Amino acid sequence: MRPESSKPAGEPLIQVRDLRVKFRLGGEATFEAVKGVSFDIPEDSTVALVGESGSGKSVTALAILGLLPPENSIVDPASRILFGGRNLVGLPARAMRDLRGADISMIFQEPMTSLNPVFTVGYQLTEVLRLHRGLSAAAARRRAVELLDEVGIPEPKRRIDAYPSQMSGGQQQRVMIAMAIACEPKLLIADEPTTALDVTIQKQILELIADLKRRHRMSVLFITHDLAVVGEIADHVVVMRQGEVREQGTAKAIFESPGDAYTKALLMCRPALDRRPMRLPVIDDFMGGRGPQHIEERARGLAASDSVILDVKDLGKSFQVREGLFGRREFKAVADVSFALRRGRTLGLVGESGSGKTTVGLTLMRLHQATTGQALFDGKDILSMSERAFMPYKRRIQIIFQNPYASLNPRFTVGQILTEPLAIHGIGANAQERTDHVFELLGKVGLPDVSFYKYPHEFSGGQRQRIAIARCLTLKPDILICDESVSALDVSVQAQVLNLLQDLQDEFGLSYLFISHDLAVVKYISDEVMVMNEGRVVEIADADTIYRNPREPYTQRLLSAIPKGWHAAA
Amino acid sequence: MATPGATLPRAADGTREIPHTVSPGLWTLAWRRLRADRVGMVSLVIVFAFVVMMILSGLGLVAKDWSREAGVNYAPPSFVGADVEAGTPAAPAAPESAVPAGEYKSSIVDPLADVIAELKGAKPAAAPAPSAPSEGKSVDPLADVMADIRASKGSGAAAPAPAEARAATLPFGGDKWGRDVIAKTIKGSETSIFVGIASALVATALGTLFGAVAGYYGRWVDDAFNWFYSVFNAIPYLLLVLAVAAVLQQKGMLTIILILGLTGWTGVFRLIRAEYLKHKSREYVQAADAIGASNARRMFVHIFPNVSHVVLVQLSILVVGFIKAEVILSFLGFGVPVDVVSWGSMLNEAQNELILGKWWQLVAATVAMATLVTAFSLFTDALRDALDPKLKGLKGH
Repeated sequence: MRPESSKPAGEPLIQVRDLRVKFRLGGEATFEAVKGVSFDIPEDSTVALVGESGSGKSVTALAILGLLPPENSIVDPASRILFGGRNLVGLPARAMRDLRGADISMIFQEPMTSLNPVFTVGYQLTEVLRLHRGLSAAAARRRAVELLDEVGIPEPKRRIDAYPSQMSGGQQQRVMIAMAIACEPKLLIADEPTTALDVTIQKQILELIADLKRRHRMSVLFITHDLAVVGEIADHVVVMRQGEVREQGTAKAIFESPGDAYTKALLMCRPALDRRPMRLPVIDDFMGGRGPQHIEERARGLAASDSVILDVKDLGKSFQVREGLFGRREFKAVADVSFALRRGRTLGLVGESGSGKTTVGLTLMRLHQATTGQALFDGKDILSMSERAFMPYKRRIQIIFQNPYASLNPRFTVGQILTEPLAIHGIGANAQERTDHVFELLGKVGLPDVSFYKYPHEFSGGQRQRIAIARCLTLKPDILICDESVSALDVSVQAQVLNLLQDLQDEFGLSYLFISHDLAVVKYISDEVMVMNEGRVVEIADADTIYRNPREPYTQRLLSAIPKGWHAAA
Repeated sequence: MATPGATLPRAADGTREIPHTVSPGLWTLAWRRLRADRVGMVSLVIVFAFVVMMILSGLGLVAKDWSREAGVNYAPPSFVGADVEAGTPAAPAAPESAVPAGEYKSSIVDPLADVIAELKGAKPAAAPAPSAPSEGKSVDPLADVMADIRASKGSGAAAPAPAEARAATLPFGGDKWGRDVIAKTIKGSETSIFVGIASALVATALGTLFGAVAGYYGRWVDDAFNWFYSVFNAIPYLLLVLAVAAVLQQKGMLTIILILGLTGWTGVFRLIRAEYLKHKSREYVQAADAIGASNARRMFVHIFPNVSHVVLVQLSILVVGFIKAEVILSFLGFGVPVDVVSWGSMLNEAQNELILGKWWQLVAATVAMATLVTAFSLFTDALRDALDPKLKGLKGH
């Protein structure tokens, strides 16, 4: 996957020198998103731009393509982006347009939104060819079929007339790649091309990009937040933070002897499959020069003495899908799911998109009505009881959603968000007592007292997830369902939130149902792991057992697709 | 408006006091954006002036004696000058005749000439009809028509009081009875603006409630509301208005508010329903469910503040629409009764006057309405931009 670059060190394909980009914020105020970034993209090699959100990595890529919105962005005229002796900064729009697609092309994170849903993929593909290559309709179609074949779309002659909605996410991304390489560009910019995809699809796409790069002798600028992916494909790595380059070098140098504290932090924050420290290291440990704390291994797994808090039997959930005017079809999202959640333990629930793992969580909360099955909580079936009888149990099962930007009401202050559950359940004698309790909880999740008076939009993603966690804690639940609760967060923030969840479990003895597609995170936090596929349980076992000796072929396939990072490739 | 940066100690009962800055909420931010919008602010001031005028008039502080016949009949505006042909304006020459005879000679094609002649002919036999509906005030603009009817019966008419010292010209002219057009326009605003705002409130409240219930509960509730809406929407609007008017069996301000309110909720319903459909599956609503919030609480405490900007903009659009609707209905004669003055009834009167070349009542009512409606529309635009700044970004700079 990483061919040794045998090419003599000649002129690099692209030289970025002192790139500075500002955004207008309205009025005179500006925000400097990229602060003097310089790096080279050599010919026939893969360069990875790595960083968390706000690092300026995507802005840098868009600047190379000249795709920054002209009305509110300013590229410093002194910055230079040299491509074949030409400076791309300040190039007229027309010249830039000719360059895009032909010499430099790009694939985006969300294939679903990058393809136009009302045209067939064939139309969109031939459009590129006819525009840039001037091919005839028939020739363009022939070439389009070849391209679809090359990116691994089965039956390309038939699929060329499919609409994007008739393809899976992975196939859509393949079509995007086909469009990007249609004109044999010298540089392919891939902006988080696999972030929205399942891990098995991610693996295929990464292999495809590496293969195409080798065959067409092009360079790839790969933008990602995921160092494990970088370790698998990159020759050179550029680490960015807050608009600046923290460190750059060959992949070997970056992974084996990182010089910068931030690079070290990024490498350590992410839960790895082979380590399980008591606490995950966080960025501050490194930036403060302290180094990671509490790195001794944490023991996981169930003990025979663990009592069962929630016993789920034959859980099923079907949706009625409307077909045509009157027709209906039953779609089974979840079928025959049985498991036991033990007190004070974490059950990890993994699966790819569409496996029904989120539906299981929502059904247990009664946010969806279960079609069949039982969930025994203290011996009582919470799925069949009346809404009124469920109220006291509702307090004891709480859920943390995936997206902390969507799960907090934007019109409520944090104080209102946190006091509301107390008022609804009549916890605390009066408003004063409730307020005091909320201040206590804010301290517990590591937020300052002033947060009480602020609105959610004034907080970062990680802080918002802390607010959501605090909201669950107000009700003193026994069970906490974490539905992809850390998936939308940056690596460093993810580590902090995972540490917080771990601390809370240690302190209050909470039981977690931890739902995630991220196998490394699940491995880190779980005592027991359940794998789901197409609405059914594939395998359920102790965390260490399942990762070491997966029994089912599906589990084996899933685990082998996890990006192993540098170590596996070295 | 709370100033950011101001530190407010918590209530005195607090066991702890935390110095904090008051974060600007959505409305504060929207108000700041609106303040920066020059066109929006000018429009707001104009709208505000109209509303103040309406309230003052309603309290009887302005245009109280709008019904006083201050000038001669059809007194022209001062800047035009007295109507020479009408003879000496100070000539209340024939006290027995309500209408100066010269008045009608000036117009060659007077469709009412016959009526007048008949009226005059019937005059000697005149005696105040006991059935005169004018409730102590002789302000009935349809008096001439009724007089005609009575005259044909030979019963005569209740003529306006003899003019005493009436001005030859008025600042912006007078109507048929010599009433000041400006005062009449102000008095008319009372009806028009009040009807516009009140019926918009009724329609928005209905539309929001129906839309919230339909969108939130979905399934058969939504279906039922949609059928109702579709049937309602399938009937031509004017027909519906006539039907409601027929059911209510009376003319009056309340009737027209109900008519407009009961027929105007459909647009708001569609929008709010869509908003609720979108919001009910959002995670913050699910989170509210998870902490045990009731349906009503989720609908009105959680979702409503998040769609309130849509409601506000719809309200604003409806006010504009209903001011115009009232004018049209009154113009067509389905609106307020004839003894209530509104811009619509002024335009209705102006219909006949225009033939006589008396344009000032038409212009006064039109200018007032156009100014208010334009200002209100511009204000609505500014309001939408202020509440949803993303839209403005799309338009570019």
